[in-house]
Amino acid sequence: MTLLQLDDVSVTYRTADGPVPAVRGVSLDLEAGSTLGVAGESGSGKSTVAATVLRLNPASSTVTGRVLLDGEDVLKMSFGQLRAVRWAEASIVFQGALHSLNPLQKIGRQVAEPVLLHGQADTRRGAEAMARELLGQVGLPPRLASSYPHQLSGGQKQRVMIAMALACGPRLIIADEPTTALDVMVQAQVLDLLTGLVRDLGVGLVVISHDLSVLGTTCDRLAVMYAGRVVEEGPSADVLARARHPYTRALSAAYPTIGDPAARFSPRGLPGDPPWPGDLPAGCPFHPRCPEAVDVCRTEDVRLRLAAPGHRAACVHVAAEVAT
Amino acid sequence: MNSRPVLEAAGLSTSFRTRGGKVARAVDGVDLELAHGEIVALVGESGCGKTTLARTLLGLERPSGGQVLVGGVPLRYDGRALKAFRRRVQLVLQDPTGSLNPRHTVYEAVAEGLRVHGVAGDEQQRVVDALSRVGMRPAERYFLRYPHELSGGQRQRVVIAGALVLEPEVLVADEPVSSLDASVRGEILALLLQLRDELGLSVLVVTHDLGLAWNIADRIAVMYLGRIVESGPTEQVLSDPSHPYTRALLSVVPESHNMEPVVLAGEPPDPTRMPAGCRFHPRCPQLASGEAEAAGVADDCRTGSLPVLPASKEHAAACFLSMARHGMLTD
Repeated sequence: MTLLQLDDVSVTYRTADGPVPAVRGVSLDLEAGSTLGVAGESGSGKSTVAATVLRLNPASSTVTGRVLLDGEDVLKMSFGQLRAVRWAEASIVFQGALHSLNPLQKIGRQVAEPVLLHGQADTRRGAEAMARELLGQVGLPPRLASSYPHQLSGGQKQRVMIAMALACGPRLIIADEPTTALDVMVQAQVLDLLTGLVRDLGVGLVVISHDLSVLGTTCDRLAVMYAGRVVEEGPSADVLARARHPYTRALSAAYPTIGDPAARFSPRGLPGDPPWPGDLPAGCPFHPRCPEAVDVCRTEDVRLRLAAPGHRAACVHVAAEVAT
Repeated sequence: MNSRPVLEAAGLSTSFRTRGGKVARAVDGVDLELAHGEIVALVGESGCGKTTLARTLLGLERPSGGQVLVGGVPLRYDGRALKAFRRRVQLVLQDPTGSLNPRHTVYEAVAEGLRVHGVAGDEQQRVVDALSRVGMRPAERYFLRYPHELSGGQRQRVVIAGALVLEPEVLVADEPVSSLDASVRGEILALLLQLRDELGLSVLVVTHDLGLAWNIADRIAVMYLGRIVESGPTEQVLSDPSHPYTRALLSVVPESHNMEPVVLAGEPPDPTRMPAGCRFHPRCPQLASGEAEAAGVADDCRTGSLPVLPASKEHAAACFLSMARHGMLTD
């Protein structure tokens, strides 16, 4: 059975300026033991998608569609069921992880907390022993259990967050910008750790990032989001090498290949800024910034189309290619 | 006049005393030059001293040794000299949201420098010119906007306009695009290149992003634990790195293909406890693999003292192994 299945999920926030559609009909699948990358810029809806998997959206939001975790719809669960699912079935490593640790509590105690709450250990002592084991599993010396967060480096704190996410043996881990604030070397260490967990424990992993190149090296499949929708989705290598959506191409060009003479002294970006979700342009939401826009893009809102086996893109040019 | 570097570090050191009374040598002997109209990228991991070096070059920290030279003249640290210096050398920070006052309009943000420095003349015209330079046209349309009404890219443009309005010779940009969206990043980098071409501005970019260096820098200086360990023209350093640290950094960047990743264990050591010998030796993959031993330099790596890399435009690395291979070591 598919581990995680999002089926036409939409999330709308109610704000003083009226409803803001942050996610507009996203469908994604993830099998156990595989990795899905979700790429997008700020406001693209990628973090909202992550929060929706565990129903962590604020009360001011309306969620529609289905979020199936092992076939069970998270959106229909009672609060008690949901509480059991969080941590134990699926856990999230948040973007602000470096600030999510309690500065006044020792690391071991914080890692032990979910273990105790979910009944994985009966005593605090047992839970803290498990915490030390978890720290070892993410490559930290168990003695760090008696340290405070400020004594740890950024990379070590991120590993602690991953240890907590693993605490109750979840089958799904969602990592929201897990390496954004980290140095390249530490970033490589954390990504190695995460992919190792997928390989060794067979968990399913969703990595959310604005950096397409980070996702490309870590993930089996990639989904690119823009203005609340998935605009391209397929096997990582395909999406990076043969991007079919002009936005994906622009995103990959933003991070140059070192050594590529074409990128020397010619940084590439897109004119304009990502649209505000409360005020989307008509037609294809990307058309005002698209270098390849044609007349029809101003009026027709193209949905995902098959571009190659297992590879879909939401661009009017995809159909044109199939037709010829 | 233009033959002298506009900004120069000569044997520069900056140290801090920690609470335990230990001395952290954040910058520990650096020679670096920035020529007129040149873009130099200073790269390294956090804790390597790159930000302290930039702050010392800006006159924000007093060096504990060596000198900062401006147009060949040593920087003096009295109030008036520093104020005049800061007009010539301007800082652009990482996060435009944090560096703009949320209660100041775009006009006030850009004009502030003029007021601080008591610049005479037509203030409004200068603000219009600066905003136009950074691509915010027509400038008048943005005068009364507040930072929260602007996008991230526009905010960074306002910060750059605020620096440009004083007609500086040098911009020191600390991670200028790392908090911006991917699609906006290229636009800001293109702006820096354009300012160099149009105004002859020199830019020192402090970053951990090697792709950024490849995009815009003429030269690159790689810093590790207070020293520059490799420097030279960007093409040479990034296509054919000599220092094992540069190679490791480059190999883990997802943008560099065809390199077997060398993930260094651990993190940079503590600048209060400098390792003896080459300061990279405890993490050096080539010392660990026995390559340095085979070349007969392993003892040097562990205990020898490496010369400070001179501020030259040539490609050079402070590495015993690389020097031995290039026949630069004499017994």
